[in-house]
Amino acid sequence: MKLTLKIWRQKDANDKGQMVDYNINDVSPDMSFLEMLDVLNEQIINEGGEPVAFDHDCREGICGMCSLFINGEAHGPDRGITTCQLHMRKFKDGDTIYIEPFRAKAFPVIKDLVVDRSAFDRIQHQGGFISVNTSGNTQDANSLPISKHAADEAMDAATCIGCGACVATCKNSSAMLFVGAKVSQYALLPQGQVEAADRVRNMVAQMDAEGFGNCTNTGACEVECPKGISLDNIARMNREFFKANI
Amino acid sequence: MSGVLSSSIGRKVAMAASAFFLMFFLLQHFAINLTSIFSADVFNELSHFMGTNPAVQFALQPILIFGVVFHFVMGFVLEARNKAARSVKYVKNNGAANSTWVSRNMIYSGLAILAFIVLHFIDFWFPEINHKYIAMLPEDPNRYYGELVHKFHSPIRTGAYVAAFAFLALHLLHGFKSAFQSSGMSAKRAAKLETISKIYAIGIPVGFIIIALFHHFNQ
Repeated sequence: MKLTLKIWRQKDANDKGQMVDYNINDVSPDMSFLEMLDVLNEQIINEGGEPVAFDHDCREGICGMCSLFINGEAHGPDRGITTCQLHMRKFKDGDTIYIEPFRAKAFPVIKDLVVDRSAFDRIQHQGGFISVNTSGNTQDANSLPISKHAADEAMDAATCIGCGACVATCKNSSAMLFVGAKVSQYALLPQGQVEAADRVRNMVAQMDAEGFGNCTNTGACEVECPKGISLDNIARMNREFFKANI
Repeated sequence: MSGVLSSSIGRKVAMAASAFFLMFFLLQHFAINLTSIFSADVFNELSHFMGTNPAVQFALQPILIFGVVFHFVMGFVLEARNKAARSVKYVKNNGAANSTWVSRNMIYSGLAILAFIVLHFIDFWFPEINHKYIAMLPEDPNRYYGELVHKFHSPIRTGAYVAAFAFLALHLLHGFKSAFQSSGMSAKRAAKLETISKIYAIGIPVGFIIIALFHHFNQ
């Protein structure tokens, strides 16, 4: 496959940045998207240029490290996958592919396609955990009766890998799907309910302080989420927030 | 509680609460206007009641004006904050791949409705306030039907009303469900509202269009 790539290049956080065109030949349809970028970077290095910086880690769709806004969609045109699981067979010979970083004021660009998603970490620090005594006297979790339905919903929410696709795809750069998932995974379980009020209050306050936008229920985040996190989690967060404040 | 209203979720729910109020008002406005097709006397009687009842005039009317102003101001505030949350735009953004046009463009359908409300106030509300509280003209319980029919004589005004109701339908197609979701209703339950949402969002504006066209062509 021969492709034209239009890639966002930005030296550092202070650089204005611009789209740069690259032509790449001999792309195998079996390559992953990130492998295609690896090949492009070899080509750029061989020509004496600066390789394109992009985030990646496990390359197994688990870690949430890879990002990229490909042809106008977070993680590209496929559904239910991260960029590392996107394969070049989804594109055609001669295609032009736009590759941009996840865009949000709360996700500033560090370099090229790498963005700083530590805003999510700071939200997590405000309550994305349970403070249980783990010194050896902890009650066996299996001794607490939990309905299958609640356990399933909590597990579904917990599958959020915090990649930021929801923020990147939302027209408002809202982080409510991420925060909703983190609030829900604990709010549904008895172990999480002890600190539920403080958790939702503090996490929402941090979300607002980071400068994320407000959800307007377009549903784009749910569609583009590689883990299929449901909009129900946003509705649950809203209910938890009001329960905590009224 | 004050912290709730200064939070993103608080503003979102406040927006939904004002939307519920306005949707209820729209329903009763439609019901009263609909009577004008069937009976001038019934329309005059209902309009006279709404126009002269002290509870409606001095309690409900200020609440309605507050609700309208609040919904628009909050809409603009949220839009400005949401725009500021992404300072650098995407070169290519395929929004149609994951969301509906109406859900992404509520601000534009809202602006069209705002322009219509200004026209509607100039057509009906300001003359009404002038009649009752400024010129202090004597009340004629049978004047309302004639005033309504007179306004729809102009094809330009009738066309503007029809266009505005089309924008209202677009706004409601997303707004109706969105208000429920913002209030904490799960997406699964909100999905069950799909049929009711479409009936309301299309039925009410189409009904208003029929009323406008009926009076335009029936004179």
